[in-house]
Amino acid sequence: MKVNVDMNLCQSHGECVLVAPDVFDLGDDDVLTWTEDVPEDRRADMEAAVNACPMMAISLED
Amino acid sequence: MQRLVIVGASLAGLRAAQAARAGGFAGDVVLIGDEPHRPYTRPPLSKELLGGGQTAEQCALPHGTLEADWQLGVAASGLDREARKVLLGDGSSTPYERLIIATGCRARSWHGPGAELPGVHTLRGLDDSLALRTAFRDSERLVIVGAGFIGCEVAATARKQGVEVTLLDIAPHPLLPLGPEIGGRCARLHTDHGVDVRCGTSIAAILGEGRVRAVALQDGTELPADIVLLALGAQPNTEWLGDSGLELNAGVVCDTTLTTTRDPDILAAGDLTEWPHRLAGGAIVRVEHWTTAAEQGQLAGRNALLDPEQRSPHEAPPYFWSDQYDTKIQSAGFPALATHMEILDEEPDQGRLVATGTRDGQLVAAVTFNAAKRLMAYRRELATPGVGAAG
Repeated sequence: MKVNVDMNLCQSHGECVLVAPDVFDLGDDDVLTWTEDVPEDRRADMEAAVNACPMMAISLED
Repeated sequence: MQRLVIVGASLAGLRAAQAARAGGFAGDVVLIGDEPHRPYTRPPLSKELLGGGQTAEQCALPHGTLEADWQLGVAASGLDREARKVLLGDGSSTPYERLIIATGCRARSWHGPGAELPGVHTLRGLDDSLALRTAFRDSERLVIVGAGFIGCEVAATARKQGVEVTLLDIAPHPLLPLGPEIGGRCARLHTDHGVDVRCGTSIAAILGEGRVRAVALQDGTELPADIVLLALGAQPNTEWLGDSGLELNAGVVCDTTLTTTRDPDILAAGDLTEWPHRLAGGAIVRVEHWTTAAEQGQLAGRNALLDPEQRSPHEAPPYFWSDQYDTKIQSAGFPALATHMEILDEEPDQGRLVATGTRDGQLVAAVTFNAAKRLMAYRRELATPGVGAAG
C-alpha cells in the first residue's frame, strides 16, 4: 500500500513516529519524512497511524 | 456480549466504536451524542476554524465504513444499572450489555452579573466556534477571561483577525500548570503581539444594556469590550450519572484499565475519565487532551470486548500541544505535578525552548516551544517503566 502525508496539514506531532518508527521519522529540523511504499502486512499499523494523527494528515492508498 | 453502547459521540466515543469493530466485534454498536453533528475534531475550534482558514467540514473525523447505530441530537439523562439501560433525554431508553461512558466536558460556566448578555461566549463545540468567528467580524475589542490554553489560543487567533484583545487571569501567569518560567514566556509572547495581558486580575461583572459594553474588574477597572469569551476551563458531564451508583469524583473513577471501579461492564474514556497513572506515582489523574481521548477511546473499545482480568492498562504519558502565533507549545507527562521546572535550552531568536519538570528528582514532564523532535524523545522516555513520580 502507499502511505500519503499531506504536508500542508502535518504539524510534526510525531504520533505516527511513535506508532511506526520504521516508517515515519522526524528530522532534526522537525520535518516529517516517511517511506511511501509499505508492505500489506503492516496495514493495521498504518491504520493506527492514520487514526493517531491529530491533523488527519495521513491517508492510505491500495 | 452482543450489544455495546457508547455514550458520547466525539473523539473518544468514535475511537471506541472503531476499536471494537477492529477487534472483531460483530454485535450492535450504539453511539449516542447530544450534539446533532457527526464526530469532529476540536483543536481547530480555537485556531484554524475560528480564524477562517478551515471549514466545519474539514473538522469532521473520518469514520468510513464504521457500522454503528448513531443516535445523535439526544443526550443521555440517566443510567439504570439494575435494568442495564441508558435513559435518554427524549424519554426513551436503550439497553446495553457493556457500556462506555465518553460524555466529555463542557465549558465551565460563570454566573456573575451580566453573564447572560449577548456578546458573551464560551468555546467548546463546533457551533460555539462558528458563533465566535461570526462575532469577530463586527468586533473591535475582545476580553478573554481565563488565560489557559483556550484563552491563549483564541487571543492569538483574534489578533490575526485584527481584533484588540485583553487577556485576564486570576493566576499570576498564563498556562498555570506549566509553571511561572514557561507561563511568563507565554505572557511575553502575547504582549509582543499586542495583547493586553493582565494577570492576578479577576472579573466582577460584565456590563451592558442589551449587549456587552465592558468588563468590570474587582479593582474597579472597566475594560471596554464588544465580545467577551469566558475561558474558565472545562467541567465533566457526569450529572446524568448522579443516581447510577458509579463512583464519581469530578469525573468517573476507573481502574488502570479504564473500567469503572464499581461495575466491570462499564468503562470510561476521554476527558471525564479519572484513573491511576503510573507516571504520577499511581495517583488518580484526569486529562483533557486530544491524544488521551483518542488513546483511551481505542483502549476502552478493545477492553470492553474482554473479561476484566484480560484488560490492558492505559499508561501512555499525556501529550498536548498548543499553537499560539508562530510558537508550537508541546508538553508530555504531568507538568502540574512538577515541583521544579528547569529550562535546559533556549534560543529566543527561534522561539525555541526545552524544559523538563521533576518531582523529588524524578522526571515527570517535558515542555518545549518549537522543538518537536526533542519533545518526542521525552515522550518515549516518560513512557519507560520506572520513570516518573514515586508512589
